[in-house]
Amino acid sequence: MVRVDGEGNGGGLIRVRHLDKKYRRGSEEIDVLQGLNLDVEQGEFVAFMGPSGSGKTTLLNLLGGLDLPTSGSITVAGDEITHMSAAKLTAWRARHVGFVFQMYNLIPVLTAFANVELPLLLTRLSKAQRRRHVEVALGVVGLLDRMDHYPRQLSGGQEQRVAIARAIVADATFLLADEPTGDLDRKSADEIMELLGRLVREHGKTILMVTHDPRAAERAGVVLHLDKGALVEGSAAAGIPA
Amino acid sequence: MRFVGLVWANLARKKLRTTLTVGSFAVALFLFGVLVPIRGAFSGGTDVAGADRLTVINKTSLIMPLPFSYRDRLLGVPGVAAVTFATWFGGVYQDERNFFPQFAVDKDTWFDVYSEYVVPKERLAEFLRDRQGCLVGRSLAKRFGWKVGDRIPLRGAIFTGAWEFNLDGIYDGKRPDVDTSQMLFRYDYLEEQRQFGKGTVGWYVVKLANPDDAVRVAAAIDDGFANSPYETLTQTEKAFAASFAKQMGNIGLLVMTIGAVVFFTLLLVTGNTMAIAVRERTGELAVLKTVGFSDLGVLGLVLGESVLIAGQGGALGLALAKLFTLGGDPTRGMLASFYLPWSSIGLGFGLALLVGAAAGALPAISAMRLGVVDALRRV
Ligand SMILES: Nc1ncnc2c1ncn2[C@@H]1O[C@H](COP(=O)(O)OP(=O)(O)O)[C@@H](O)[C@H]1O
Ligand SMILES: [Mg+2]
Repeated sequence: MVRVDGEGNGGGLIRVRHLDKKYRRGSEEIDVLQGLNLDVEQGEFVAFMGPSGSGKTTLLNLLGGLDLPTSGSITVAGDEITHMSAAKLTAWRARHVGFVFQMYNLIPVLTAFANVELPLLLTRLSKAQRRRHVEVALGVVGLLDRMDHYPRQLSGGQEQRVAIARAIVADATFLLADEPTGDLDRKSADEIMELLGRLVREHGKTILMVTHDPRAAERAGVVLHLDKGALVEGSAAAGIPA
Repeated sequence: MRFVGLVWANLARKKLRTTLTVGSFAVALFLFGVLVPIRGAFSGGTDVAGADRLTVINKTSLIMPLPFSYRDRLLGVPGVAAVTFATWFGGVYQDERNFFPQFAVDKDTWFDVYSEYVVPKERLAEFLRDRQGCLVGRSLAKRFGWKVGDRIPLRGAIFTGAWEFNLDGIYDGKRPDVDTSQMLFRYDYLEEQRQFGKGTVGWYVVKLANPDDAVRVAAAIDDGFANSPYETLTQTEKAFAASFAKQMGNIGLLVMTIGAVVFFTLLLVTGNTMAIAVRERTGELAVLKTVGFSDLGVLGLVLGESVLIAGQGGALGLALAKLFTLGGDPTRGMLASFYLPWSSIGLGFGLALLVGAAAGALPAISAMRLGVVDALRRV
């Protein structure tokens, strides 16, 4: 069960308490997140919605250990990550988090195979073991036949599937996706959402996704809206500017 | 090793740029590989001069002679193992442009003192028999296409007249850096034929029983001849060669300066290239960090790239330089020696890697410091 009232019993996978994030722009201070609470259990598919500038990316960055909050705590699978050193946080990220971005962010000079292999270079896996993992991941996203292609030789939808393969190849604890369909046409977007849904249903993955697209949000089990720096439960259709 | 593929892929990103940068290193290191032998040639063998030899010259000037009678007195100085002597001949072969050094030497003692010269036994025997005989170095013989048995005419410039010598043998060096551009002929022949300066020699060379004695023996020699009409200046051969080389201008310094400027330019060019390479890859570096590459790991990737460029270019340039020097003296004998030692190749390669690392350092550090969140927002 996903909760945003801070009353979760602590048995979940992700537990966020009283999260504040302020940015300083010159003398002005912007409170982006204010007292945000969140509890997410293993195997859930959560969509975050909210107007542009409401702090969705900021929240994902904090959950993924890319950035540090002004105050509050984030606990993932028992690890409190807001007090880790930068080096520890990097190692934690490599083990637990898979990122999917709007712009795919593949390395253009590497083949699909090599892009997916990147996170595995940081593990102790042998070359043969890495190959097996990469093939499994590319198989899940249905691009085994494209593994020698470079990103520029792939369509946007295919690039995003490679990025998803990269996010799951090291068996991350959870995936963070920031507008994964934001740059795709309807058909490709549907395919990506179908793929993410399948990862949750069939592979037991936990996914937290930011999206503007109500159709994409419908695929998620829970839709949360960012409002005045905190999360409120809602539906895919609610709160979207007409 | 598993990251090499990533480094390679980044180098392959802009093939032209990588090729040009590798090419800069190759050109610079080729230049280095050619300058080193030239400097070696002009340092007059200062690097190879025997530590166990002293040169005794006239205190007034190198070109003033010393009496022949000094030989026995030198032999009497404690610590002196052997004495030989030579006179600069300064003849012209066919044309002024064909300059090469010619020395009248003492046939009986020269090779005792200069043991790094190698002459076949029967050739040396012929030289000892033949009053008009001469020996020439391998590179000199090659320069003019001389063979044993040739007659070599020289026009005397100091000792005027037409001189002729029989080429009795060709000498080699025990080491590749021995000067084989010289001609040696017999002092007794010069003495017999010359119109002036009879009874004098150009300079003496003293072989020490113990190299550690150099300072003491040199002082003893100069003290012994103090207040005589022919006062002496005794130096180690190294110092002598250095002062001899100074008469040619400070080529060594010039060569070093050129080299330093080239390496500095290389540093700037490569540093700039790497800075551009890092800047245009900001987003990708951020992605690597997102995926879990540590700051130090990213630093290493950028440094590795820079060092790999330097290593490839350096190896290429030095290999070409070595090949070039193996082809022999490009001036066909103007240089005393033309040899690129392996130690200098090692030094050059080390310098190249160092320049590569230095050039990559600043961009690598900025890649290391790159903040993921800000960089991702810029993508
Ligand atoms: N580094 C920063 N410095 C200052 N303000 C920032 C910075 N990053 C984000 N912001 C501000 O924080 C707010 C939330 O940004 P963001 O999380 O990107 O929103 P969203 O993803 O919902 O569009 C915006 O007003 C943005 O301008
Ligand atoms: Mg955003």
